[in-house]
Formats: sequence, structure tokens, C-alpha cells
Amino acid sequence: MNSLTIAALLLVFLGLAYQQGWSLSRRLATPQGSLHSRPVYHGSLVAIWTLAPALLVLALWALFGSTASRAFIIANLPAEIVDQGGPALQSAIQRVRQIASGFGVAGDAQPYEAAAGQALRQFQVITSATVLAAITAFAAVSLYFARRRVAPELRARNEVERLVSYLLLACSAVAVLTTLGIVLSLVFEAARFFTFVSPVDFFFGTVWNPRFSTTGSGSGEYGLLPLLWGTVMVAAIAMFVALPIGLMTAIYLSQYARPRVRNVVKPVIEILAGIPTIVYGFFALVTVGPFLASAGAAVGIDIRATSALTAGIVMGIMIIPFISSLSDDILRQVPRAMIDGSIGLGATRSETIKRVVLPAALPGIVGAFLLAVSRAIGETMIVVLAAGNSPFLRANPGEPISTVTVTIVNQLTGDQDFASPQSLVAFALGLTLFVMTLFLNMAALYIVRRFREQYE
Amino acid sequence: MNDLFSTKPDVPQESEARLDRIRAGLSRRHAREKRFRLYGVLAIAAALAFVAILFTMILSKGLPAFQQATLSLPVTFSEELIDVDPQPVREAGQSAADFQAASLRWQRDVTLINWNRVLENAVRQIAPDVEIETRDLQSIIDNGERFKLRDAFVADPSILGRTIQMDVLASANVDNWLKGNIDRDLPDAQQQLSADARALADRLYEEGHIRMAFAWHIFTNVDSRSAPASAGLAGAFMGSLYMMLVVIVLAVPIGVASAIYLEEFAPKNRLTDLIEVNINNLAAVPSIVFGLLGAAVFINYFRLPLSAPIVGGLVLTLMTLPTIIIATRSALRAVPPSLRQAALGLGASKTQTVFHHVLPVTYPGILTATIIGVAQALGETAPLLLIGMNAFVAAVPGSPFEQSTALPVQIFLWQGNENRNFFEARTSAAIIVLLGLMISLNAIAIFLRSRLERRR
Repeated sequence: MNSLTIAALLLVFLGLAYQQGWSLSRRLATPQGSLHSRPVYHGSLVAIWTLAPALLVLALWALFGSTASRAFIIANLPAEIVDQGGPALQSAIQRVRQIASGFGVAGDAQPYEAAAGQALRQFQVITSATVLAAITAFAAVSLYFARRRVAPELRARNEVERLVSYLLLACSAVAVLTTLGIVLSLVFEAARFFTFVSPVDFFFGTVWNPRFSTTGSGSGEYGLLPLLWGTVMVAAIAMFVALPIGLMTAIYLSQYARPRVRNVVKPVIEILAGIPTIVYGFFALVTVGPFLASAGAAVGIDIRATSALTAGIVMGIMIIPFISSLSDDILRQVPRAMIDGSIGLGATRSETIKRVVLPAALPGIVGAFLLAVSRAIGETMIVVLAAGNSPFLRANPGEPISTVTVTIVNQLTGDQDFASPQSLVAFALGLTLFVMTLFLNMAALYIVRRFREQYE
Repeated sequence: MNDLFSTKPDVPQESEARLDRIRAGLSRRHAREKRFRLYGVLAIAAALAFVAILFTMILSKGLPAFQQATLSLPVTFSEELIDVDPQPVREAGQSAADFQAASLRWQRDVTLINWNRVLENAVRQIAPDVEIETRDLQSIIDNGERFKLRDAFVADPSILGRTIQMDVLASANVDNWLKGNIDRDLPDAQQQLSADARALADRLYEEGHIRMAFAWHIFTNVDSRSAPASAGLAGAFMGSLYMMLVVIVLAVPIGVASAIYLEEFAPKNRLTDLIEVNINNLAAVPSIVFGLLGAAVFINYFRLPLSAPIVGGLVLTLMTLPTIIIATRSALRAVPPSLRQAALGLGASKTQTVFHHVLPVTYPGILTATIIGVAQALGETAPLLLIGMNAFVAAVPGSPFEQSTALPVQIFLWQGNENRNFFEARTSAAIIVLLGLMISLNAIAIFLRSRLERRR
């Protein structure tokens, strides 16, 4: 069935219905005084009611059409082929479809195949004609009824507006459904994982060694702690880099810098925020890692090229603009009067900042800090490339480590069976990550909102 | 008052002392002020230095990759080497499948021709006095270039027996050698090319048969494992393009609609609060969690195809939705209430006010939001890894349902290639392309926004 034909048919009905509603309402308007709604709305309402049933038919067809045609092919194939099942049946169905489409198959078709292809062809012609007829009939009937409703006193505008607002509501439900989808999929898959491994072993285990699903099922150790430790260490190093630089940048830009300097420097620093994380990962791997390793060798410290330190420092660079713009916004919201008062009493600029501005802005800055931590925890590509992927409990930041996010990527990108604990553990890890970031975000958003209310 | 009088005689001495103390303290305080300012300047300098280092490193590594060693050869399509039947023509009554089989047979015959021999003869023709083994000679030409000859022959079989000047890519190892990416003093055992091949490459370069030409194939070829020198970004680019199309088609209407609902229509109740908190949280959920959602829901539940841009586009849509909603809401909030009051006061309905008067004012804001969201989606890697887009795909996808990869994923794949010397530059080149795309997107946004705002 040609989808272009259907689209054209629907478009014709759309135009026809709109025109009908529009012209009918206009005709009614002239002799009997004014209409309640403008003709545009009458046209739109008729068009909506005309197309809705046809679209419903189309949606049903899209959902069940392929299942129906498959069932039909199976019904037409000899029993011994159906009984084979699996790939043999699949390829037989494929061949029948090719014969029916007129493309033909290489070599001579088996008689039963040719027959089934012939039958499928008829089936397709009949069903597509049926669907086409159904769409036409539904559209025509609903056009008739919608048209009958057109009257001067019909509140067409109100109805159209109500439908539009339902549509808007449905759109904002998508975000909620996404959250729901995330929570449900993580919880269900994690629950499947916990049928293999007990939650206690997972959350309190100190050894991470999942092995491979092919070497026997579930015979691995899934201790979360080494990964969590790696995550915390990298995030801590990142904040150690990002917080001083980001905060001092924000302070300077908001309190000292002249507008011209600010207008140049701020966008340039924000370039850092727009760079994809994979680029940072490559930067860490190619430039920062070797640099740190040789710098460490020069002073006699053993630092690996891919280590917690490398990943942490580069992640810190990535987070600088995040902290600086958030803190900048917050520092600029501190009331002018407080700053002027402090300077009027003879305090220097830096004393004002340290004793008045920062304490006043502290909640907001803490909020920004928490948001930045949540970002550092969830960051993936930098650690995938630069942290070295070695899931052991190590205190030395110069050694390679692994994190929760790296492990999610590793467990789901291999050739593992999706139903094996080796793959499912990714969802348990994802759930842990989601809950951690959720708490951080909630706390941060709460604090920032409280702070805003305080000074508005 | 009396106190003041009574202590008057001591004033000069005491105030002298106090003034001294203050003066001493003052210089210390001013020194501290200067130091504090210096910290600010240093922080900004550090942040700017990171931007500079990052871009210098990527440009210095990536720009040379756009120039690539290319051989200019007189290729003779001699009849004795190229010995195949004429290309099959579809006869009357032949089924499409049979014709396809015949064509495939012919194409196989053409591919089985010893094209390497044809290339070898061409090289021996321009360097007749060189004594070199066939294997060494062939190692200076990229592995995939023989297919260029094949394609030229298939496109125009009449070139049989003629000699044509053709450009073929030198192998990745020759490119490294000529660019000095490999230490020339390394012993033979550590060199990728044999001594004979290196001498031949040097000689051809000096004689001008090998030159550094602009590497257009980076933009027109697909990824290749067997022929690294000809690996290009075309497949990844189309994959990214399809995903961006899906994001624009889905995320923008849904995001703008839900922003309108939340900002203009939603009643202030707990449900609205829930949606709002939910959207703010969703914006801070790590991107990899969206990848888990995609793997569990789109791939495992709805059985959408692995590695397809449609799935990647859906995941990225859900990820960018909060960004677009939040930015559109703040654009809507910036519209002065007087505009709404004026429209409502003149009898416009709520919907009319929003769609006819408020929304048009926010177009620049929505445009910016869209481009920020799309740029963010364009650079995202981690969720795509989890839905199988890191598969090796050597074809340009013809539709969003075909297997494909994406630009950032291609960067991830290339940085892991074992031929580090060559692919470090190639990866940087891919990063330049990606960043170039993102910068031009942002430039378009700024340009359009200033045009739209000026019109008002």
C-alpha cells in the first residue's frame, strides 16, 4: 500500500473539510446575523473531527498490519515449513514477501511459495483497498456529521481551543512519561539483576569482576564499592580544579571586571561548556595524560597517563564554565545596597566580597556546587577514555581507576546477552547513578530556589 | 561629652598611635586586596589558557590530516589483466531477482580482477629502475584504492585498453612517513614500512609523483578498517544529520508546546509543580541514563533496530526536551505582561493571546533554545554507545532506519584505532569537523536572532 496515496487522501479530506466548514459557516452568517466563532474556527473544527477517526484507523493499521500479514503468510505455508520455525520459517516468509512484491527470488520459486506469494498479493491488494475504503468512509461519514453541527451559535472557537489545550497538556506529559520510563526501566531491569546477585553483595561488595556471560552464568563478583570509590575520587579531583578557578572567575567577572572585559571573557569561557565531552576525553588521552606522566616522572612521582588524576583534571576544566556562570548569576543577585553599605563603612572590595557578598550568596553557591558534583558523577566519555578502566580500590590518584559510568558503557557495549547478569548489572549501576544525581539535583534546586526567594 | 573633654589632653598621642596602627593595617589590607584581585585574574587566565591549549592542540594535530599523500599514476587498463564478460543487460522476461543475481555475479568477477597488479604496473612505469618486491610496492598504496579502479571501469567499460592518469591515495604508513609522524631513525624492525618501500616513497615524493593533496575523501568516504587512509566521515555525518532531523521534528514542537502549557495555561496546583520539578530534574539527569532508557525501552521492548539513527534521535529528543522547555519558558516569561493584558482587554481569548501575540515575540528565544538543544544533542556520545551506534558501519545510511554511526561516536571509534600515528590526526580532523558544525550552528543562531530582533 502506498503511504503517499494515503497522505494525499488525508490531505484532500483535510482541505475539503476545512473549506466546507469555512464556507458553510460564512453562508450561515450572512442572513442570520453574526456567528459565534469566526469561519476559521468552524473550518478547523470540521477538519479535526473529519480526520480524527481516519487517523485512528491508520494507527491501528500501523500497529497490527504487519502482524496480520505475517499470520496470513504462515496460514498459507505448508505445515512442515511452519513446524521448522526459527530462521527457516523467517526466510520462507521473506521469500514469499519478495514474490508477492514482484521482485521475485533468485532461482525458481517452489510451487507452494509461488502459490503463497500469489495469495499474499491478493491479500495485500484486498487489505490495502479495505484500509483505503475504511479511511474514506470514516472520513466521509464524520465529515457529514461534523458539517451538520455547523450553526451560527456553535461555539467552534471554544471547542478548538479546548482541543489545542489538551494537545499542549499531552506534550508536557511527555517529560513526565520520560522520567517514569527511566525509573520503571531502571527498576525493572535492576530487579531482574538482583534475582542473580543479592543486593547486599552488590552494594557492599569490594570486588568487581563480572567475567563473561559465555563462561557460565552469574559466576562473577559484582561489588559496587570500587566503582563508587573511583567515581567519588574523579569527581573530587574535578571539583578541586573547578571550584577555585570557577568561583574566582565568577567573583572577578561579577565584582571587578569592566563590562567590556566581561563581555569578551564570559563567552570565551563558556565555549568550554559547549565542547562535546568526547573532545575532552581525547584531549585528556592525547595531551593531558602524557603531560602529567612526564611531569610526574620529572619530580619522581609515578603517574600513569590514564589515571584518576588525568580524568579528574580534564573533567574539572569541563566544569569550570558550569560553576562560573551559575555563581556569576548568583553573585549578581546579591543586593547592591549590601555591597555599597560595606564599602561605605570603609571595607576594601575584597573584604566586602569575603565578608558580605560570599556569605550572602553561600546557599546559591552551594547549590551550584552540588549541581556541578552531580554532573561530574554522571560524566561518561572523559572517564571512558582517560581513567584507565581498572576497577580496584586504590587510594593513589596517579593509578588508573574505573567509575560507575565507565562500567555501564563496558557492560552494555560488549557482545553480552541482554538477559545475562553481565548486561543487567548496567541497569543496577544506572539506578545507583540516577538516585545519587537525583538527590544532589533536588537538594541543589531546593537551595537555589530558597536563595532566589530570599532576595527577590 | 564630659568624657571627651576630660580625655582631651591625651588625644594627640593616642590618635597618633591609632593612626599608625591603621596605616600599617591599611597597607596590609591593600596588599590583601591586590592579592585577591590577582587570584581572580589568574583564575580567568587559567580558564582562558585551557580554551587556548585545547584549540591549539586540536588544530595543530587535526589540520595536517586534511592534507594527505596522494599518488598520481598513469593507470593502464590492459586487456590481459582485465578479462571479464560484458556487463549483463536485463532481458525481457527476466525476473528482477534473476537480473540482480547476474549483476552480482558480474560484479564479483570484476572485483576478482587483479587490480593490485594494475596499480603495481602503473607504479613500475613511473619508477622503472627500482627493484622492489611486489608486497613492498603494494604497501605504499592504500588498500582500498584498487576499488577506485574497479569503479572507474564499471562506470565506463570503454576505458579498457587505454591509459588514464589517476590519483590514488598513498597508504597510511606512507603518509606517516612523509609527514614525519614516525621517527625516521627507528630501526627497521620498528618501522611499519620496509626499507625498500620507504626509499620508493621518498623518491616518488621528491619526483612529485606523490604530493600532499586536500583530503576530500574525509567528507565523501565512509569509515574503513582495511583501508585506513581512505576512511571518511560521510556515514557518520549522515547519521548525525538524520538524528538532528528527528530531534528538530520531535523535540522542538513538543518542547515549545509543553513550555506554552506550563507557562501560560497550567493552573497553579500540585500537579503543575510536580511537572516543573520533574523537568528541572530531567535536565540534570546524566546523559548515559537516557542511553539506558533507550536500550531498555526502544531496543529491548519496542524492538526498534539497533544502531539506527531513529533510535538515537528518539533518545536525544528525550534528552534535549528539558533544555528546550526551560529556555522557551524563560523566553515566554520575558514577554511583558502588558502585551497579554492588551490582547485580553481587546477581547482576544487566552489561546488567541498566546498564539497570535505572545508566541511571535519569543521566536528569537525559541530559535536560540532549539539551536542550543540541537548542538548539545549533536555532541552527545555516551547514550549512543548504549544503543549500539558504536558498531562499525561502512555505508552511508539511506534512511533513519538503517544502521549508521554518528560524528562523536566516529571520533570515539577512531581514537581507539590501533594505527595511533595516523588516527590521532584523523580523530582531530573529525573533531574539527564536529566543532566546525557546532560553531556554524551557533553562528547561524546568533545571526538569525539579531535579524529577528531588529525587525521588531
